Amino acid sequence: MSHEAEAGLPPGILGHHFSSLARQNEAARLGMWLFLATEILLFAGLFTGYAVYRFQFPEAFAECSRHLELTLGTVNTVVLITSSLTVALAIHFARTNRPRAAAACLVITILFALAFLGIKAVEYTAHFHEKSLPGKYYAFEEVKIPGAAMFFSLYFLMTGLHALHVIAGMIVLGFNCWHTLHGRYSSRYYTGLELGGMYWHLVDMVWIFLYPLLYLI
Amino acid sequence: MRLSEADSHALSGASPVPDYLHDGTTVMSWLNTRDHKRVGVMFLVSVIVFFFVGGLFALLIRFKLLQPGPFFMDALSYNRMFTLHGVVMIFLFLIPAIPSAFGNFVLPLMLGARDVAFPRLNLFSYYLYLTGAAVALWGMIHGGADTGWTFYTPYSSTTPTQVAPILLGAFILGFSSILTGLNFIVTVHTLRAPGLGWMKMPLFVWSAYATSVIQILATPVLAITLLIVTVERIGGFGLFDPARGGDPVLFQHMFWFYSHPAVYIMILPAMGVISECVCAFSRKNPFGYKAIAFSSLGIAFVGFFTWGHHLFVAGQSVFVGGAFGLLSMFVGIFTAIKVFNWVGTMYRGAISFKTPFAYICGFLYFIVFGGMTGVALATTSLDIHWHDTYFVVAHFHFIMVGASVMAFLAALHYWFPKMFGKVYHEGWGLVAASLIILGFNATFIPQFLLGNFGMPRRYYQYPEHFQALNVASTAGATLLGFGFLLIVIYLGIALKWGSRSTESNPWGSKGFEWLTASPPPTHNFDEIPTITQMPHDYRTHEPSGVIRVA
Repeated sequence: MSHEAEAGLPPGILGHHFSSLARQNEAARLGMWLFLATEILLFAGLFTGYAVYRFQFPEAFAECSRHLELTLGTVNTVVLITSSLTVALAIHFARTNRPRAAAACLVITILFALAFLGIKAVEYTAHFHEKSLPGKYYAFEEVKIPGAAMFFSLYFLMTGLHALHVIAGMIVLGFNCWHTLHGRYSSRYYTGLELGGMYWHLVDMVWIFLYPLLYLI
Repeated sequence: MRLSEADSHALSGASPVPDYLHDGTTVMSWLNTRDHKRVGVMFLVSVIVFFFVGGLFALLIRFKLLQPGPFFMDALSYNRMFTLHGVVMIFLFLIPAIPSAFGNFVLPLMLGARDVAFPRLNLFSYYLYLTGAAVALWGMIHGGADTGWTFYTPYSSTTPTQVAPILLGAFILGFSSILTGLNFIVTVHTLRAPGLGWMKMPLFVWSAYATSVIQILATPVLAITLLIVTVERIGGFGLFDPARGGDPVLFQHMFWFYSHPAVYIMILPAMGVISECVCAFSRKNPFGYKAIAFSSLGIAFVGFFTWGHHLFVAGQSVFVGGAFGLLSMFVGIFTAIKVFNWVGTMYRGAISFKTPFAYICGFLYFIVFGGMTGVALATTSLDIHWHDTYFVVAHFHFIMVGASVMAFLAALHYWFPKMFGKVYHEGWGLVAASLIILGFNATFIPQFLLGNFGMPRRYYQYPEHFQALNVASTAGATLLGFGFLLIVIYLGIALKWGSRSTESNPWGSKGFEWLTASPPPTHNFDEIPTITQMPHDYRTHEPSGVIRVA
């Protein structure tokens, strides 16, 4: 519509029902914050379960935690935090009109995400081999106290749901990258990229809580 | 493309801009619409269809209960029936009924906006609803579930019936509900017309806002809970399985953390509808505007701290039970504030006793009766007697069917001319309203008595001396069914052959949604209005207290 051209924007960005781009950006950010709140509450159910069963089986949780690969977990934490930096840099480059640098940062972020999933896969494989599996499949020889199966149920549920979010985040950032290369983002408009970044930071934040709860007890 | 269609319709119609119903009439123009009004109408049709599906299940249950012994269907089918009745009525009808159907239609109009903040997300929410409904229906056809809509563990994780697809369906429906809530909150924050401050917003908007807060904060918890039950069924994770060290009561806590606030997802928008209708049909400014607005937020807030009253007999400590009982009673206080203000609005108003007003009267009676029994049930000592009896069934049907459906029907009649530009037959409207209110009482008052005498809910058989009351209840349900059929018939006739409403505001209502034509044009307003007065300001003869920007 005409008010889009007036603002000097590429077509398809400013909706007909918003009076200005600033208003629309405000709406988009508020929408994203609300969506992030729902994500936190989605994980909150699992954190509640974790709290209940950790108080019920403190020894089993501590013992099982010692059988996780602390090194791999720590490396993964570093990988994910670094990827939050690269996504923040991508936004910085986009708003300073350097789309190629921004796209490069997004590609690096996606590669970090892949690395994270790869390391997670190595850990999962080890669990399958030693049969430290959730619930009824649990047959780990080294820890045989009650509650151990529960720890691994929660471990797989929490890290599994988180991994799904990592995959979703990669898809979102992939779209952002494509848009960046096609000139959608500039100093005039970069909200779409910013929203992708916010989502990625949430994925990172959730892991920052999962890491100590699972690896460091 | 849109322009050419507009031109062709401009030739046939009197108005130069086509209304939203005639701006493109192909099926694709509906399925691919971004228009909040069309999304609202699609939701409305869908929820009405599912209301009849759920109602059919209810009638089958009531038919079985004519006889104390085995009759008409076996015990497993009976268990499936009440599960499907609950699942369909709650997830497919009550939760989306008022917010997604009427909310989508009128909320942007009331705010003087051209659409909701995220029109594409809005359409996506409708498709999520259809997907969830399809998945749940698939599960119902392929074996159904016999757990009740509450899916209590460990039974739900071990029963051989098809619980998983129904859980998955409810999971998807939850996201539809979340997206609608998210859209409404952002719309209210960012798309209010110039001059429309928070304290000038129509009361329906306040209640829709409070509802959306619950939808956003509570639904994800249900989603994760259902997900855990699903992995429990498929993978034996054991989080809620006592055999593996899990705690089934944890399921109840997590389930009711959503499902109790969900009751307010069902009733708050209904209260909003009543706030609008009471002003329009009493021709009086809302009495206690702020009290009504803030009590909506109060219910939304305190609703998060009442879930424990479902666990009075689940091994909860006496202290926790007492605390949850007390907190539950706060809901009664906020509701009473609203009832007081609605009655205050009617007091010395110029009441026109149209069909929506009949439903308002029904609503007030049901919410007071249902609410008072709710306060009684929140008392732990009384609840131990009534827990899991028909008393509870009658109580929540008074609120959910009594109050919520009354408000749904009031909204349907009040906004029918707004949505379709047609008028329905007022006489038949009043006949149907009387049938429904009468039938409803005949159905559920016997259930209060049955519950008090100790008849447990969800049982396939019952002692013979309960038969008379059960027959009365079934007779009432039949009457109720006829009432709903009557509405479909006369509204259908009005849609197809009804006369076009000559004026765009047949009620003379001063709600903001009536500022634009009925049915509204695609983009709602030729020019965004500037709001200068309160909604429903009947003190002046000015048209709704609004000036247009020159």
